[in-house]
This record gives sequence, structure tokens and C-alpha cells, in this order.
Amino acid sequence: MVSGELMPRAVVIGASAGAIDALKQIIPQLPHDLSIPVIIVVHLAARKESLLPQIFRPLTPIGIREPNDKEPVGAGIWFAPPDYHLLVEKDHTFSLSLDTPVKFSRPSIDVLFSAAAEAYGDGLLAVLLTGANDDGADGLRDVRQRAGRVIVQDPATAEASEMPKAGLRVATPIFTGSTSMIGAFLATLLQRAASDSRETS
Amino acid sequence: MSSQDEIEIPHLLEAIYQEYHQDFRHYSMASLTRRVALARDQMGCQTTADLERLVSGNVDAFTRLFQFLTVQVSDMFRDPSFFRAFRQEIVPILSTYPSLKLWVAGCSTGEELYSYAIILREEGLLDRSILYATDISPEALRKAQAGVYSIDRVAAFSENHRLSGAKCSLSEYYTASHGLAVFDRSLRKNVVFSDHSLATDSVFAEMQVISCRNVLIYFDRTLQYHAVALMRDSLCRRGFLGLGTRESLAFTKSSSAFKEFSPAERWYQKW
Repeated sequence: MVSGELMPRAVVIGASAGAIDALKQIIPQLPHDLSIPVIIVVHLAARKESLLPQIFRPLTPIGIREPNDKEPVGAGIWFAPPDYHLLVEKDHTFSLSLDTPVKFSRPSIDVLFSAAAEAYGDGLLAVLLTGANDDGADGLRDVRQRAGRVIVQDPATAEASEMPKAGLRVATPIFTGSTSMIGAFLATLLQRAASDSRETS
Repeated sequence: MSSQDEIEIPHLLEAIYQEYHQDFRHYSMASLTRRVALARDQMGCQTTADLERLVSGNVDAFTRLFQFLTVQVSDMFRDPSFFRAFRQEIVPILSTYPSLKLWVAGCSTGEELYSYAIILREEGLLDRSILYATDISPEALRKAQAGVYSIDRVAAFSENHRLSGAKCSLSEYYTASHGLAVFDRSLRKNVVFSDHSLATDSVFAEMQVISCRNVLIYFDRTLQYHAVALMRDSLCRRGFLGLGTRESLAFTKSSSAFKEFSPAERWYQKW
């Protein structure tokens, strides 16, 4: 089934410098009856309570949370909590770690992408957006190795182009464009995922 | 993780357990896999099977691998509001006990141990307290016992200490010399340092408080259940258990033995 091949079981998104504006173009476009997890790492200074859920809750009715350790990965939007790496186990529960920062970052995009590639294989769609370092590129390589799919923001449209450029050097994306175009692409893809899962349930 | 690793990592962990009696078999696989990969790179091994061959019968190589597998991250008064809740909500209850036992399980290099010792001193309870500091890493325990930290870290420690509701400056408790902050040895007068594994060792003593922060995140749910049951059995009735900011008993089967005491700060009370 062709459409079945296109349905991701999970989406992971990574962004750094310029992340808030980029995500403001994407999150409001996600289907309100989102039926899969969308897991997001944003580089931010460490603090106990991140402001990300507060920033994005007014923009969508989709549930937005920061997971606790070993919480099941359900449908909805999840942000990595500040100062922890966020990983997904093969049984589709979240794990957190305080391991050393990767690419000077904790949470690191590489850490999430690589673990999610293991957990979801070809069911994963990884989206790399604006940022000023190359966190995420190693993760994209793992996603491709596990036959997952990749979307990279067009560096020319990014507030900081280093991260999407590094991503494009290691992985061929199924789609590239501005954040609003990526939002529209995801909206169409995930809308179909939502209606398909209703049909099969 | 390559598909090879799906077989080779469990095999390595079993071999380590058999030879060195260190049990990583029920660690969270996603983060452990990253640490094994890092060890493999740094120790010059192509595959996990090579790594297993290298550490077999080679204590020095195993000691190096062990450093990679154990995570040593700690700060003084990390998450100051957690320590403020301890000081303001739990210390008043503890002060009704004639003597106190507090266990820092997975104490790493000791930063949290000294945080508790300082609060107990400030609140006048340290002299009638015994603090147990345990970890599986002998090297971490040695550092905890020394109580010496880089002076670069002390500004952040001081700020956290202040935010935790401190009664004086952190500088009362250390002397600075040669870029190091050497913490007052009187803080550890009543501290027992000990090698203890939440995976393989048994109940410790009857405690009023157990602090086990950002340790359970490295365990899978089976080992979390085991560790929480062990801590439950090591606590007196109405004793307190403090976890990390993102750790919750909600996903373990032992949660019924506890009630939430200060939910936002992850303080639980045995019920």
C-alpha cells in the first residue's frame, strides 16, 4: 500500500537559534486530532521549568507536555525538558539522561534522533530546522540508516543556516523548504495519518 | 545501535556481571547504548564484541569501561526549590525525631550530600544525624569523601544555596585554595561512605530520608521497581523519598506505598 508507506509513526523535530519563530510556523498547522507523537528538542538555557509549553499552548488545541522518565510516548506534542537528554526506548517509553552534553547541548538533537531511529525505524520522520551548530546531523545519519525519512529546512530561509546545512550534507531529504512550507507538508501528511488510523481502528 | 549491538550489548552486560559483579543488565537501553558506543570509540574497539574481549580478564580495561557506563553528574543544591521544600517542609518534621538517618543513594561525587549536610547544620540537626552516601563507583566515592570541587563551579553552587533558603553564605563552608574549594571536614563528621548498588545489594538501614535523584532515569522499569521497593523497605513509616525533577513514581509499580508530599518538587512520603 503506497499511502501506508508514507505514514510516519512518530515525528521528531530539532531546532536551535531561531527555533521559536520556526516552530510558530509549524505547530499551528499540525492537525488538531494528531494521532502520533511529535517530539521536539529545542536548545535552550538550562532551567527547571521550560517556557516552551506555555509559548505554544495558545497556538494549538493539541496537548503539549514535557515528559517524565519512562512515560509512555502517546500522541501529542512533547518537548524535551530543560537540561536533560530525551530518548525513546524500543518499547516506546521516554527515557531521560544527564549524560554529558553532545555538541555542547543538553538536550541534544542527535541523542533524540538516534534513539528515535532505533525505536521507530522506517516509521520515523525527522525534521531539522534552523540552528547555529551541527547538532542533529549525526542523528539524521542514523535516521537514514534505519530507513526513516528526513525533512530539512531550506538553509536560505533559516535564521541560522549551519544546522540545516550540516543536515543536508549527510542526508537527502524528502522535502525541503521554509518553515511555513514544512508546516503545510506535515499538515497534509499527518492529516492523512489521522484519518487512516481512524479507518483502521 | 546496529542490529549486531542488539545481541552484543546484552552479551557484554552479562559478561560484566559474571566476571565483575557489576549489574548493568537492567539499565535503560537507549542511553546505555550511547555510552557503550562512546566507550568503544575511546577504547579503540570496532565492535561491542571487541570491547567485551578487551575487558575480559583485564581489570584495568574494565575500570575504564566502568567510567563510561556510570554517569557522574551532580551539582550542589541542584534545583534549589527542591532543597527549599526539604528545608521548609520536611526539616520541621525531622526536627521532632531524637536522631536522624539520611541516605543519599547514588551520591556520585558528593555535591548533594554536602548540600544536605549544610542544610542540616543550618537547621541545627547535623549533630544528631547520620548521613549515608552510597554509590557503585569507588572513584566517585573517593571524590565525595574528599569534598573538593573546582572553584569555577562554586558561583553556581552559591547561587543555588541562596535560592534554597540559606541562612548564610556558602563561603562559610569551604576554603578556597589553588583554584579549588575545599569543603569543611566537619560537614562529613557524621557521614558514612559506602559502596552500595541499588541493583544487587539489599536494604540499607531504617532511614527518615532517602534522596535518590536522577539515578532511576538510568534504570529500566524492572530495575526501577526493584530499586524503589528497596528504598521503600529502607524507610521508616512516614519517611521521605526525594527524586529528580523529571522522575515520578507514577510509572513504577511501587507507587502505592507512597503518597505525594510535595508533588512539584518530587518529595514523596512512605505511607
